[in-house]
Amino acid sequence: MKRLFLAFLFTGSVTTAVMAQSAQYTEAMTKQTSDLDSSSIFTAEGLQQKANTFERIADAEKSQWLPYYYAAYMQVMQAFTLKDKSGIDPLADKAEANLDKAEALSPKNSEVACIRSLVATARLTVDPMSRGMKYGPEAASLLEQAKSFNPENPRIYMLQGQSLLFTPEQWGGSKSKAKTTLELALEKFAAFKPESSIAPHWGEPYTRKLLEQSQQ
Amino acid sequence: MSNINRYLCLFIFTPLFSLAQHKISGKVTDTKKHPLPGVNIAVKGSYDGATTAADGSFSFTTTATGDQLLSATLTNYQTLELKINTAAGEQLNIVLKSAVNALRVVTISAGSFEASDDKKGTVLKPLDIVTTAGAGADIANAIKTLPGAQQTNDREGLFVRGGTGYETQTLIDGMLVRNPFYSSLPDIPGRGRFSPFLFKGTTFSSGGYSAQYGQGLSSALILESIDLPERSSSSVGVSVIGVSAGLDNLSKDKKTSYGIEADYTNLSPYFNIVKPKNAPNLGPEIIGTSVNFRHKTSRTGMLKFYGYGNWTKMGFNSNSLEYPGYTESFKLHNNNVYTNLTYRENIGHDWHLYIGASFSSNTDNINADTLLKNPAPSLIKVRSDLSQTRVMFYKNLGRFSVLRLGGEYQYAEERSAFNENKANFSDNYTAAFAEGDIYFTPSFVGRVGGRAEYSSVLGEMNFAPRVSLAYKMNNYSQFSVAYGDYYQKPEPQYIRFNRNLGYMKATHYILSYQRVAMDYTFRTEVFYKKYTDLVKTTPAYNNNGSGYAQGVELFWRDRKTFKNVDYWVSYSYLDTKRDYLNYPFRVQPDFAANHTASIVYKHFLPKLSTNLGLTYSFATGRPYYNPNQPTDKFMSDRTMTYNSVGVSASYLTSIRKAFTIFVLSVSNVLGNKQVFGYHYSTDGLRRDEVVPNVPRFIYLGMFMNFGIDRRQDVINNL
Repeated sequence: MKRLFLAFLFTGSVTTAVMAQSAQYTEAMTKQTSDLDSSSIFTAEGLQQKANTFERIADAEKSQWLPYYYAAYMQVMQAFTLKDKSGIDPLADKAEANLDKAEALSPKNSEVACIRSLVATARLTVDPMSRGMKYGPEAASLLEQAKSFNPENPRIYMLQGQSLLFTPEQWGGSKSKAKTTLELALEKFAAFKPESSIAPHWGEPYTRKLLEQSQQ
Repeated sequence: MSNINRYLCLFIFTPLFSLAQHKISGKVTDTKKHPLPGVNIAVKGSYDGATTAADGSFSFTTTATGDQLLSATLTNYQTLELKINTAAGEQLNIVLKSAVNALRVVTISAGSFEASDDKKGTVLKPLDIVTTAGAGADIANAIKTLPGAQQTNDREGLFVRGGTGYETQTLIDGMLVRNPFYSSLPDIPGRGRFSPFLFKGTTFSSGGYSAQYGQGLSSALILESIDLPERSSSSVGVSVIGVSAGLDNLSKDKKTSYGIEADYTNLSPYFNIVKPKNAPNLGPEIIGTSVNFRHKTSRTGMLKFYGYGNWTKMGFNSNSLEYPGYTESFKLHNNNVYTNLTYRENIGHDWHLYIGASFSSNTDNINADTLLKNPAPSLIKVRSDLSQTRVMFYKNLGRFSVLRLGGEYQYAEERSAFNENKANFSDNYTAAFAEGDIYFTPSFVGRVGGRAEYSSVLGEMNFAPRVSLAYKMNNYSQFSVAYGDYYQKPEPQYIRFNRNLGYMKATHYILSYQRVAMDYTFRTEVFYKKYTDLVKTTPAYNNNGSGYAQGVELFWRDRKTFKNVDYWVSYSYLDTKRDYLNYPFRVQPDFAANHTASIVYKHFLPKLSTNLGLTYSFATGRPYYNPNQPTDKFMSDRTMTYNSVGVSASYLTSIRKAFTIFVLSVSNVLGNKQVFGYHYSTDGLRRDEVVPNVPRFIYLGMFMNFGIDRRQDVINNL
């Protein structure tokens, strides 16, 4: 019941935000968000280009949380592609600054919390030995926070499944648990209706890929 | 498919009124004319723009007309905005200046090794201290693997650059810690009293340190306690020598936390199996407790309390050197309490306030006796109480420069009794300091400061100037120089018997070069230290001692070359001589070795989630006093070289919901013979070598940490 109520609240806040959009904004965002599930953009250059474009839109609009959110998403994904780990923290700083702006415009946002969790994971990879104790639990608790904001967000379960899949068993990872969580994620994807054509809707193909890996 | 999509998009989104379009193109470089890729070029207020390609070039069309503002943004560079006219159609040449980020800002580094998570570009991480094999999670033992520190494993304390253990001061959150080590028995060093896990930052200064600190001729170990814990948790530990338990509680609003810890160590079962050289006759037993409380008083304010209490009893029997066939008994009871309360807050106009107060008390009760022989046992009781307060104001000037002003007051009560003979004294010590970190440019900094001190028992004042300069040549390399005067009161055992003594003094000159990159660190230092006014005990107590220390040190750390391997190598060359205590003239003292080296190797096996560690330490022989030598050969004998290999393995796992670590560590694995010196009988006919009480120590322990945060439980249950 409580979850339903929260979901209802969440839906309400998104709808009001969507109403304020201009046609130019919707057009540009539709174009930019259409290929977020395509693997072709996931190169360092491609992601940077996307991040820059989203930042330009965010900067011009200033009242929309989505461009900030997408810019941060692209930046954190770019951080994961870096070979030189010294570049990760500056990108994570940038992503976090964008997420702060997104959150100021749309507080208690489940999608923003998901990207924050990815940022914590990116920071962890810089130096897993000394940062694991801090950023591991932080990444996990941010996903729990995302769940408390909107338990129907499928990307939470996708990210939880991913971390279960890639965490060694001694540390609480498990292929079978990953499989159940990813299956749950797919159920949530099936039921999930984005608030608009430009609201976050990425992740389903990637979840299927992860599920395949968990079954190997 | 995606290509088709792209064409489709192009088609759909190409505005039909293309007449109003203007092409804008150009190239972005840095100040050295290298092309910059990835720069975000934008026409302000519109979506129009582009990202520069690998050659720095960009080109896009915009519907905006007339005078517009164009911005160029890139991480680590200053954002540039320039006015353009869209109709001009010229080729833009944009030059971005690099931004001043934390990595590029020079920091004062001469003489100091810093371990911190907060600051980037530090040489060590706090975890490195815990995971150094052979150090047994003891801060001082880990620091002995760094250049500048001696392998003096027959007495406690850090012996740095020709200085004694007394010349190193330990500070927690700016407050002095008297007796940071467990009281030791003759020839057996005591460990540090506090857990390395309590600190987020550790700075080991082997010289040239800031005017904020005083009363250490050689070195300062500056510890900074953690603020609030990440989450609530509880822990238990079991090892072959004891048990421990702890609790950390973080309030729901994440503004307040408290923690308690207790441990009990008993070495007697271990010594029943592994027979030490000298058999225990009391304990050895240690009870330790600690409490902490932390409260975030505002967005910028922080109140911290940390306190610990330790109760130790231990004693050993040894064969009497003086009276062959008899047994010497030595028993020690030690009580130690330390408390530390600090508060910091931003008081506006860029001024910050720091206030600290601390009380500590240490009591040693010693019973020394030649069993079955007259005279009666010697009873020695030494108690020192120290109360201290400290106030510091600091102000940020400009972007990086800082001005610090502060003062300290300490009241010390030193009591001692040898059988019925008492020798007590008290001291009021006041100090004031002022210091400025002045950034001439972000890559060139000077630290200029001074410290004035007055001690009532010495009835004397001193003034100590300190200056450091550091220049950063590029993102990774920097040069530093430091100069400073350092004063310290003579040790209580000398002041007790002679109130006419004055301060001892050391002057430091340091030149250092370091290169700190992401995966490796290289560092070298050259130093010269001049000692004056050292205490001499012959013919009567006086301040006529003197000496010098000079040397070269190297440090290399590499975390890249071998996969999952992190290692460091340190080497110190030390040339030192001093005339102090009962020395007839200047000689190399018995705690100094000419060459000291350490290799610390850490190997992580991800598949086994096991950390393997190996530490090798080497030191050339140290001088020792042989009464059979003529006076002109005083301290001319040398002990054998010191070799030690410590290994450790820790296996990380989870048992049910608990984070669990199993630790196995073995000191002196190869069983190398280690001789630190010799004791001679008064007649010089018999001698006894000073060796570790147990040649090899095997430690096995298990530590479990339970997160009691509800969310943590949920994650573990997934």
